[in-house]
Parts: sequence; C-alpha cells; structure tokens
Amino acid sequence: MIIATFFILAILAIIIYSIFEKGVKSISWEMLTQVPQGGYYYGKGGGILNAILGSLALASGATALAFLIGLPVALYLNVFLIRHKKVINIIRFLLDLIWGIPSIVYGAFGFTLMIFFGIQTSLLAGILTVTLFILPIMIRSMDEIFSTVPIGLQEAAYSLGSNKSEIAFKIFTRQSFSGIVTAVLLSFGRGIGDAAAVLFTAGYTDHLPNGLLEPVATLPLSIFFQLSSPVPEVQNRAYASALVLTLIILLVSLFSRGLGKRYHKTKINF
Amino acid sequence: MYVLNRAQRHTVNSAWMIISLLLVAFLPFVLLLGLYLKSTYLLHDYSLGELIFSGTWKPSSGKFGFYPFIIGSIWVTLVAMLITAPVCLLTAIYVTQYTRKFFLRIMHPAIDILAGIPSVVYGLWGILVIVPFISRYLGPWLGVKTMGYSILAAAFVLSIMIIPFVLNILIEIFRAIPIELKEAALSLGATRWQTIKHVLVRKALPGIIAAFGFGLARAFGETMAVLMVVGNVVRLPGSVFDPGYTLPALIANNYGEMLSIPRYDSALMFAALLLLVVSLFFNLIMHFFIVRYNKF
Repeated sequence: MIIATFFILAILAIIIYSIFEKGVKSISWEMLTQVPQGGYYYGKGGGILNAILGSLALASGATALAFLIGLPVALYLNVFLIRHKKVINIIRFLLDLIWGIPSIVYGAFGFTLMIFFGIQTSLLAGILTVTLFILPIMIRSMDEIFSTVPIGLQEAAYSLGSNKSEIAFKIFTRQSFSGIVTAVLLSFGRGIGDAAAVLFTAGYTDHLPNGLLEPVATLPLSIFFQLSSPVPEVQNRAYASALVLTLIILLVSLFSRGLGKRYHKTKINF
Repeated sequence: MYVLNRAQRHTVNSAWMIISLLLVAFLPFVLLLGLYLKSTYLLHDYSLGELIFSGTWKPSSGKFGFYPFIIGSIWVTLVAMLITAPVCLLTAIYVTQYTRKFFLRIMHPAIDILAGIPSVVYGLWGILVIVPFISRYLGPWLGVKTMGYSILAAAFVLSIMIIPFVLNILIEIFRAIPIELKEAALSLGATRWQTIKHVLVRKALPGIIAAFGFGLARAFGETMAVLMVVGNVVRLPGSVFDPGYTLPALIANNYGEMLSIPRYDSALMFAALLLLVVSLFFNLIMHFFIVRYNKF
C-alpha cells in the first residue's frame, strides 16, 4: 500500500521533472514573443506566440460561453427545482453522462456541424466545440457548490419578499462566489489543455487570428505537430511548448486555490 | 434607458435559465442523432456485423473493417486498468485508513495536478520516458523485440492519466463508509487488515466497481496521449509489445483526408458513434452500481 501511494507521487515527480528538464533547456524569450517565421518547421527562427495567444483566446471564449449557459442551469437546479428531487437527479445523471463523453466525439460532432452550416475551421467553431466539452464540468462543479448553500438563507430571502430569480442571481452567486471562480478556472484549465476537440474544428495557422472566422493555432496541437517533426530543433521546441502549457495550467490551478481561500468575506457563515 | 422592473427581470432570467437547461438536456441526444445521421451512409451499404468484425481497413477500395481498432482499444484499455486498479485501490485504503488527515491534504493537490496535466503533455512524457524504457530495458530484459511504441506504452501512459480520476472516487467512497462499521469489526477482535478486507472492501464493493467502470470508460475514449505512443499500425496485436491502433486515434489521424475518399467521413463518424455509445453505455451501468451502493 505504501508502495502504491509513493508510486503515484513518484510518477508525478518524474513527469514534472522530465517536462521541466527538457523544456527549460530549449525555452527562450524569442519563442514566447514571436510567431513562426519562414522555415520554422525546419528549425529556423520564430516562436509559438500564435499558439499561446490562440489557446488563450479559444479557452477564454469557450469558458465565457460555457459560463453563460452553465450558471443559469446550475442555479435553476438548486433554486427552482429544489422541491423536485427526482428531476434534479435525472438532470445530474444526464450531466454525468455528458461529462463521460470523450472529447474526440465532441470534435467529430463539431466537424459535422461545421460541414452542415458550411463554416470553415475557425476560432468560432473551436470555441463552440470546447464549450460543449467543458459545459458539464462547469455545471457540475457549480452545482456542487450551490447545493451546500443552506436552506435557511433561501427562506430568509423569501420572507423578505424576494422572488426566485433574485434569490438565484443575487443571493446564491454572492454566497458561493469563490466556488464559482474555482469552477470557471477548472473549466478554463480543461479547455486549454484539450487537443482532440480542437483538432478538427480550430485548424492551425502560423498567423495571429484576426477574427472569429479565421483558423487559430492552439498550444496542444502545436506541441503535437512539432513533436512529429524529424528535426531535433523543432522537437526541442515541442518540449518548450509543453512546458509553457503545463505552467499555464499549474498557474491557473494555483490561482484558483488562492482565490478560494481569499473570497470568504462575502460569504455568510451560519 | 428603459429599465426592466422586478417582474420583467424575473421573467427574463427564468427564460434564460430554462433555455439553457433545455440546451444542456438535449445535448446527448443531439450528439447521438447527429453522428448517427452522418454514419447512415455507411450503414446503408454495409451491415453492422460486417463493419465491426471485418479486419480489412482499405478506405481507398471501400473496405471498412473496424475490428483491429476495436480490439486495439480494448487491449489498451484493459491493460491500463490492470495497472490502475490495484494501485488506486491500495492507495485509497492506505490514505484513508492508515495515515493521518494531513497526509490527505498533501495527496489532494498531487491528485489535482495529475488530473490537470493535459493529455498532449502525457503523450510527450510517454515518448520521452516510457517508450525508450520499453525498447531499451524492458523489451530486451524479457527477450522481446519491440520498438517501444506499443500497446504496453499506451496502456502505461493511460493508466497514469486515469489514476487521479479513479482515486478521487475511491477516496470519497472509503470516507463515506460509516465509522461505526469499522469500530464494530475492531471491537469483535478483528485485526485492522481483516476489518479492511472483510468489512470495508465488501461494503464498498459496488462503489469500487463503479469507480473502475468510470475509469474504463474514460480510458476508452482518450485520444492524444494514446495516439502519440501506441504506434498506429493497422493489424491485430499479438502481444502487448506490438504496436496497435485505437478508435479515437483512427479518427484523429485521418480527419485531414476524410473528405477526399467516398464514405470515409461517414466511416470516421461511425467510429465516433461507436465511442459515444460505448461511453454512454458504461457510464449508465456504473451509475446504477453507484445508486445501489447509496441505498445500503
């Protein structure tokens, strides 16, 4: 048992170590601040700025959209349906089912939608696909937080004459603010790290995207493409890109931990 | 500017909520329907059994046999579960029964980090560490000739990827067991290990099976990490040291050329449909295990 536990910890250490060891060697300022130049994929100059910005744009867009759809759903479950336990359970079950669907299926589905509507691979298509992918994660983690809001708080608000949507958007959101932030950051981390869903839909380009309807590069795909190159310099850049991606995700998760601890001021304790 | 009064705001907000809810609730059905409609072109020309059990994959001459991919997926998933299952079970027991609270506080961030690492990075790590390890050390040591890019490499990387997922559920399950149960067993003179083996594990069994099932479903659909280390050779693998090909990898590798060959896109959508159905099916069954577990 002790071996199994430390096996897991050791694997984590090995992963972090090998990513850092390989990545730090080949990372440079030039890589972070330039887009690929001509002959970049044969080892010439340039960087992965296109992929970094593309990934951030894609993940932020998808997170914002998923938030707009996810927040009301989670609120509806916990404020409007609180007397209908059966309906809640069915919806939670559906959400768990959606959560289990592999991201490549979303990618394939997004692709069929794109063909159906005649859109090309673009930032917009990528955002829509990733939104579908992170939606269940967002809703379920917000739902967990909202379900801990004490019923007494709701009753107090009702007795003061609030209606249901006021309770949802004014009381619940404030009471569980830190939880909402955590849910959003968690979804953002998922969205930025996923490659299979954007493989079909976001495309790949060496330029910075100018609009929603242009293809966009993403970090996971840039790692994947650079790694499959036979040129060693390009492979080294894949290691560096992997380091950048891992750092972004670690930062996001650290940030959400820190925020979760700080924003307890607005919360009413019973 | 016209400002909405309270009642109007209530109406708008409620509508927003209900529309979002309907959108989400219909999502799985829309997914199923969309992929099914796309793969009807293929199902129209071939029978289902023919597609699943035929072993020849030559899209250019119109032969679509998914058998090697299905078998490859099953191999990778099962071997991954063989590694994950004991490790997770033992760790969950150790962390919840033998250590103090503060150790769990160390484990939780570690699990979170493992869960947060993107699959491409796992794949990269597999290429950097696991593949050379298998081709240089493990293969020659066992007397097998292998490239390193193999079912085993994919399974190993995959098992690491689903550990945080399975472990989280298991820890929750073991912590949910009422402490009285343990106390009763201990007071009857059972040793600690006997208590764990005969009382705790038996009590948690449906939950444990469900946790493994969720892990299995997740492993089955994992794409990028597997794609990068599995070797991508279309044939039936003879041993775990042979390269293979999985269903998700098939979709991801061929999206570029799928519009150039007739029925190819339909075939790939059929593969996606298969994945979707398998994942829904597994999650459905495991959900009932969890429901049964909660009833006790």
